[in-house]
Amino acid sequence: MSTATAPADTPDAEKRDKPLGGRFIGATANYIDERTSLSGFVKELGRKIFPDHWSFMLGEIALWSFVVVLLSGTFLTFFFQASMVPTHYTGAFLPMRGVEMSAALDSSLMISFDLRGGLLVRQIHHWAALVFVAGIGVHMLRIFFTGAFRKPRELNWVIGFVLFVLAMGEGFTGYSLPDDLLSGNGLRIIDGMVKGIPVVGTWISFLLFGGEFPGTAIVGRLYTLHILLLPAILVGLLVVHLMLMVINKHTQFAGPGRTNSNVVGYPMMPVYMSKMGGFLFITFGVIVLIASLFTINPIWNYGPYDPSPVSAGTQPDWYIGFADGALRLVPPGWEFVFLDRTWSFNILVPLVGLGLFIVIVAIYPFIEAWITGDKREHHIAQRPRNAATRTAIGAGGVTFYAVLWAAASSDIIATHFYLTMEGVIHTLQALLVVGPIIAYFVTKRICIALQKKDREIALHGYESGRIVRLPGGEYIEVHQPVDEYERWKLVDNDTYEPLVVRPNAKGRIPWHEKLRAVASKSLFEDRLSPLTQSEIDAAVAHQHHELEHIATEEDLELQGAHERAGVPDAPHVPIFDGHNSETAVRPSNVIIAEDDAPKKGKKPKAD
Amino acid sequence: MAHEDDPLEHERASWKPSPGLAVAVSDPVQPPALPPHRERMTDKDPVAMKHAVRTVYTLFYLSVAASIWAIAAYMLFPIESGAIVDIRNNNLFIGLGIGLALLAIGIAAIHWSKAIMSDKEFIEPRHATRGRDTTRAAAVQAFSDANDDSGFGRRILIRNSMIAAVVASLAPAVVLFRGLAPEGENPVELLETTMWTEGMRLAHDPEGTPIRAADVTLGSAVHVIPQSLAELDHADGYLEAKAKAIVLLMRLLPEDLNETPEKADWSYDGIVAYSKVCTHVGCPVALYEQQTHHLLCPCHQSQFDVANGAAVIFGPAARPLPQLPITIDDEGYLIARSGFTEPVGPSFWERH
Amino acid sequence: MARETKRRSNGRRSPWAAAALIGIGLLITGGVYAGASAAMASSTDTSVASALTVEDGKKLFQANCATCHGLDLQGSTTGPSLYGVGELAVEFQVGTGRMPLQASAPQAPQKPVQFTEEQILAMASYVQSMAPGPTFPDEEVIDGEGDVARGAELFRVNCAMCHNVAAAGGALTEGKYAPALGKTSALHMYAAMVTGPQNMPVFNDLTLTPEDKRDIISSLLFLQQNESPGGFSLGSLGPVSEGLFIWIFGIGGLIALTVWITAKSN
Repeated sequence: MSTATAPADTPDAEKRDKPLGGRFIGATANYIDERTSLSGFVKELGRKIFPDHWSFMLGEIALWSFVVVLLSGTFLTFFFQASMVPTHYTGAFLPMRGVEMSAALDSSLMISFDLRGGLLVRQIHHWAALVFVAGIGVHMLRIFFTGAFRKPRELNWVIGFVLFVLAMGEGFTGYSLPDDLLSGNGLRIIDGMVKGIPVVGTWISFLLFGGEFPGTAIVGRLYTLHILLLPAILVGLLVVHLMLMVINKHTQFAGPGRTNSNVVGYPMMPVYMSKMGGFLFITFGVIVLIASLFTINPIWNYGPYDPSPVSAGTQPDWYIGFADGALRLVPPGWEFVFLDRTWSFNILVPLVGLGLFIVIVAIYPFIEAWITGDKREHHIAQRPRNAATRTAIGAGGVTFYAVLWAAASSDIIATHFYLTMEGVIHTLQALLVVGPIIAYFVTKRICIALQKKDREIALHGYESGRIVRLPGGEYIEVHQPVDEYERWKLVDNDTYEPLVVRPNAKGRIPWHEKLRAVASKSLFEDRLSPLTQSEIDAAVAHQHHELEHIATEEDLELQGAHERAGVPDAPHVPIFDGHNSETAVRPSNVIIAEDDAPKKGKKPKAD
Repeated sequence: MAHEDDPLEHERASWKPSPGLAVAVSDPVQPPALPPHRERMTDKDPVAMKHAVRTVYTLFYLSVAASIWAIAAYMLFPIESGAIVDIRNNNLFIGLGIGLALLAIGIAAIHWSKAIMSDKEFIEPRHATRGRDTTRAAAVQAFSDANDDSGFGRRILIRNSMIAAVVASLAPAVVLFRGLAPEGENPVELLETTMWTEGMRLAHDPEGTPIRAADVTLGSAVHVIPQSLAELDHADGYLEAKAKAIVLLMRLLPEDLNETPEKADWSYDGIVAYSKVCTHVGCPVALYEQQTHHLLCPCHQSQFDVANGAAVIFGPAARPLPQLPITIDDEGYLIARSGFTEPVGPSFWERH
Repeated sequence: MARETKRRSNGRRSPWAAAALIGIGLLITGGVYAGASAAMASSTDTSVASALTVEDGKKLFQANCATCHGLDLQGSTTGPSLYGVGELAVEFQVGTGRMPLQASAPQAPQKPVQFTEEQILAMASYVQSMAPGPTFPDEEVIDGEGDVARGAELFRVNCAMCHNVAAAGGALTEGKYAPALGKTSALHMYAAMVTGPQNMPVFNDLTLTPEDKRDIISSLLFLQQNESPGGFSLGSLGPVSEGLFIWIFGIGGLIALTVWITAKSN
């Protein structure tokens, strides 16, 4: 196999009469290398190979939209005042003029209405934040469904997950900064939730807001979190995340020439540099276009936060929706007073439930590794269908999340589809329990069915759509065999089988081994046994035999037809006469009758 | 396995990762080699290549034009008039310029990499992530030497006291953050009291004008604050007091009101006053339906029945809204008989 | 050997004949219908000789409303009594098409108006004459020249919880809703505040003074007359529509672009 960096290919590398790129570039490169060892860096990473698939670029959606968020956010920090000192708006927007509000909202309105391009940058920032979290979401789903979190990437999964949580935190602190009615009510909800936490809740709320709600401190504190602490941790973890990706090298899908011990793809310079750089500009451009055409977060309509007004349709940004939905789906009355203390299960159950969900997602790689006991490194990304139970679990998890997310807009669903909000909420409550279960079973069956289809295609070829009538009168459809490259893609996957428990040295079976056996049974009981090379050889030979047989039959048919038509020596392949092609009506140019009645206006003539 | 084809496998001989529950296949399918390179149109046809090159640099130049347009739009679409349409145009045209400029660069770069740059695939070997045996041994040796030099493993007292010291040094830093909230205030006491006291007049939110009972006609919903709240400055805790003191005043037919005997004199002639702070997590409960007498909170859809003491009839709230006992003073203005008899708003641990 | 295709010269119909025939048929039918209805419209006497009287209003009422509201406005099992609702309420309900009610639903929806303005005013004055109630406002209250900022603040405190801060509407219990106000006239805004239709509370002139109402109406008219400064407003529904949009078009578009980026060049 050829290596990516091959200095032997450039024998005159050391003997150029002119430095590569010219004397100035050469001198600069030399200057830097003599101070930073840059050449080592370039040698290692310059022609690093990356595999190519669209689903590998989803993380880049997150990465580049984060760059957009950082750039636009930095611009905003030059104009935003993170202060709750009361002032009166004196700017251009009429419905806010003279209204008493905090300096935070006042400066946000000034950015929107009294700064050229200010509204554009504000909208870029907020739209990019939505794309950022959504990008992390789709990236995480890709990693999950292709099993790219397996060893050696479990830690990277956990880091990525923490990044997801940090991104949500960044978003929440960010949209709460303008101190408007919508985000202020969001803070009120957070305060109410915090107060419901046993023992420490009242005090956490007191410390967080610097006294009673709303206080005069929260915007400043959220600002510190939003532009200093959270981004610093985020950037730090992001660097570690990307470094781990470079060290572990990217996963790749199964394919010809691709094994667990190599990477096949294009080099960083110039192809990936260009594709990744190009995608940065594309992501940036798409976000800017959206921001120039579509309004987001119209704080001028919401007005300043006041505990008295509230807007119909009070929802958080989409990535907090699952938490809001969880609050909405709790039935009435889940709270009681016991031992002189209030136990608010209507808040604790969503909090603990969502916490558990998050923790399970975060530690999923370790759960799966424990069940399979597989300690090898995995660098081949699996097709979701080949890991049927994992995909089914993922589908269940996504359904759970989606029901909670939908619940956050229960009132808007009701008005837009002419339903009662009670009906919507009751339906979602039922779906929350039943939906993931149904999704699990349906998905698992679909995956196994797809595996069978793949097996079918690998062994018997794909349906070509050509129907052939055999001399006995039966019709069959010709199956075209796939080439060896396609076949490999269909066939290369790991199969696992359930654990058979055995007593240990002390003659006992520990409870965790029993648990592992039960789990592995549900995961791996329904499976296809792996193919062997001899099975494939036999199947391929059979396919070719079939095709030869069919070809022979066709030949005989054609010969018979030619003989009946009086042209026994005519070739068996259609002759292209320049413009009359084979059609279903006129299948062969070879047999053309003399002086026939014109068919479809064409006067055919025998050659 | 990553180390099966690893050219340096011998350097990791101690590593034998278990395949776990993976099925071992005795006659595995053999992988095919890399397929032959398929030529693109731009490889085969020099005219197509020239076309692609032209597309790329045209897009780059277009991007320059768009950036210039964005700058021009900054100057051509002023917003100082304050007219909404000016702001909209400014946003639109600067944004279109910047957006198209960036998109054009991106599309050009991608087209360059797809159609013009070489698309030959390379193969790069992976090495197992695990360090080589010699490296690991060296690492262990480094720690071992350091341990011998320092005596860390042997000297238990030094080790334990060091850990204790480092952990203890963090504690003052944590304690400093007590300053996030003021001293001398008890959050539980603050949550249990509102501005409402006996004789306090009910007033319109936000002006602060008092309300006569006769002004509240059947089917009305009036947003109420204590009269003295309106005189409070924002800097003196106006919003904090308001967050607990907001009240919704409604008038029903007296025969529609189901009152318990203890609260029979808390309403006045069918006029009832309830705290507007939702007992779920604190949003203002303000959607009053005058025919059904239902009060809906827009945040999580808790519903309260005003005709039945604001009991919860739907949604995640668990407690009815606290009622403000009201009556009229000698001028006919509505006043509070007393403050709330229970803490308003969302539940908290110490509430009982 | 190539054989030229000869043009059909044997009188066979062109395949386009059928299409042409259908097209001509549609044009003729449509043209006749359009002409006929234009003729009908022009022959309808739209210019009433004089304004309709209370008597006309009574007849209209008895023909269209009495089935549910009773011949003497006393109400019935299917409709409430109209004593004291006043002419303003009649104008609102009939002028927004809510009345006559056509089907039972959680609330009376707005639908195409079934009467002319004169007919509505006639019915209104009839109802007003039977039992007086809220009347039409002074011109000043609905002139839209009030304090927009103050009106917006009052709207947020009193109205936004049902109608949404941008007047995009909102949900109430059991399938009811507060409608969007983007197309509501100033008169109807006033009328709704004063008469409290169905489950909307009543905002009499002591709860919201005429000056307050003028300001609120002015702020709503400002919203109607000015587009959102940031671009298309996506229905002004807030984070829900923003989130839907970014997932469908933002992420959808970006993923489509990644498929293009990684596809092999032709």
